[in-house]
Amino acid sequence: MSSRQSDRREFLKRGAALAGGLGLAAAKPASAQLPDPEGMIVGTDDLVAYGKRSRFEDSKRIPHGGRHSPDAFGLDFHIAAPLQESVGVITPSSLHYVGTTRGSYVPDIDPAKHRLMIHGLVDRELVFTMEELRRFPSVTRLHFIECAGNRSRSSHTTVQETHGMTSCAEWTGVLLSTLLEEAGVQDGGEWIVAEGVEEVKGASTIPVNKAMDDCILCYGMNGEAVRPQQGYPLRLLVPGFEGIFNVKWLRRIKVVDQYYMTYNDYGHLTQDPATAALGYQIGPKSVITFPSGSQRLPEPGFYEISGLAWSGGGKVARVEISTDGGRSWQDADIRGEPQPMAHTRFSMNWTWDGNECELQSRCTDELGQVQPSRAQVAAFWNQPPDQPVRVKGQDNSIQPWRIDSDGNVHNAII
Amino acid sequence: MRSFRFAGLLLLAVGVCAQAQSPTYGLGRAPTAEEVAAWDIAISPDGTELPAGSGTVAEGEELYVQKTCFVCHGLNGTGATAPRLIKRDVGEVDDPWDYGRVLPIRSPYATTVWDYINRGMPLGMEGTLTPDEVYSIVAYLLFLNDVIEEDMVLDQDSLPNIEMPNRNNFARVPDWFPGQPRLEGYPY
Repeated sequence: MSSRQSDRREFLKRGAALAGGLGLAAAKPASAQLPDPEGMIVGTDDLVAYGKRSRFEDSKRIPHGGRHSPDAFGLDFHIAAPLQESVGVITPSSLHYVGTTRGSYVPDIDPAKHRLMIHGLVDRELVFTMEELRRFPSVTRLHFIECAGNRSRSSHTTVQETHGMTSCAEWTGVLLSTLLEEAGVQDGGEWIVAEGVEEVKGASTIPVNKAMDDCILCYGMNGEAVRPQQGYPLRLLVPGFEGIFNVKWLRRIKVVDQYYMTYNDYGHLTQDPATAALGYQIGPKSVITFPSGSQRLPEPGFYEISGLAWSGGGKVARVEISTDGGRSWQDADIRGEPQPMAHTRFSMNWTWDGNECELQSRCTDELGQVQPSRAQVAAFWNQPPDQPVRVKGQDNSIQPWRIDSDGNVHNAII
Repeated sequence: MRSFRFAGLLLLAVGVCAQAQSPTYGLGRAPTAEEVAAWDIAISPDGTELPAGSGTVAEGEELYVQKTCFVCHGLNGTGATAPRLIKRDVGEVDDPWDYGRVLPIRSPYATTVWDYINRGMPLGMEGTLTPDEVYSIVAYLLFLNDVIEEDMVLDQDSLPNIEMPNRNNFARVPDWFPGQPRLEGYPY
């Protein structure tokens, strides 16, 4: 035995004695002059197997959309992510927002029994097991998803209410194009219908151009299997398209020659071509997550303003911040390398002088699309000035936060 | 000579492959015809996937009670907890859109009504209705909304041919291409 191994063995022995003798959380060293932790977390088999966050962290999701989740029968409807406490760009899987077609039980699917069928206008109809899907060349990409109902209202008090129906995760899976090439899309195959297995079997019609461009059949999320609430064992990612297209518990893809007008598609039905277009691909959008509604700055002084920016049109190219209600703008720092159709963290060093002020952020994406103020939206569509602004399609308008002189932050949407 | 012939065969094989786009990975299996038929539940506007069967308004009226539709949707298709199923009482309108967001009147295609009831109703008992029952319930709802006559029989031929009032009265989603802004002329 080498001396290093022997040292290690000695250390382990002493460690075991320590754990056995001083296993109680309240044990404190007698000579402590330094600040102590509140106690020790006693190891358990469960914590060894799958860790959990500190008991001092309580960031949590909330029911959203005017209907409680779970309801009296255990169905979930809409659940919003706590963006006010978010750091970085990845939403932890446990905090990722949840949207459903009409309220849903979460299907409890045995992956060994799950199958994906690709059929319709293809040369070869195919059925895959999950094991087979995992054998294909994979991709891992950051992508946000956002619900069409992620719409800020003046009655909302926090960024979780105004913007919590979006999240961003690292998704792993097979490109849909890989499987469609394997099946061989025939002439006239202009659309796909993607369908899940939940009780309503939610189905959406997606252009084959998009299917072949960047859609992913995901079995992985943030380094582990996709969570049941997110579509375990297989979910479709349609980067930059509204949330409902990202079919969960995916079972079937049919290549078809026309727009199918499924019930999900019907949900987007409008008479206005502009609304139809603006409710399809998500526009350039951003929001300041700190300081944000219902938070409080304890005193004047230095703060880092921080927020998230994203666009369904590609990468975030620029984020600007205003601290004077949109009169003047400064470029924010982009933290990390922006990824296409992914949340991008931005920040700006700022010293608050203690006076009332209004913070805003504005995103420009790589296509040159610029996030509008609500006044700009109203002006563009000649909406009457005496009525509340209605943003057509998905709401990507600028979110204003007012900071009062007492440091309290409020939603400043009128 | 032999290798020359082999090269010729190879060329022939490559040519055939290119034409048929043979699979690269060879994973997965072909579904059986029965599997495809059982899974193929999304109904296109032209009704290709509609199953055999038929239904009437009278049968639909009975089923609306028997299958407990009325518990959530109300005895008259409104007034309860679930979305209303009868057009808003707005009298004669120029634009049928004004009847409201009510599936059996607003939907441009009767196939969407059939499809949704078949896949998603009744709540908690999805997938239990027979094709005949779905045809009948759709017939009843379309009759309630003055879309069809009381004596019409719905089946896989007649249902897709129903001219819904909003058949050509909605905005198509735009053609989508990578790297394309959301709406031409809209800077936001």
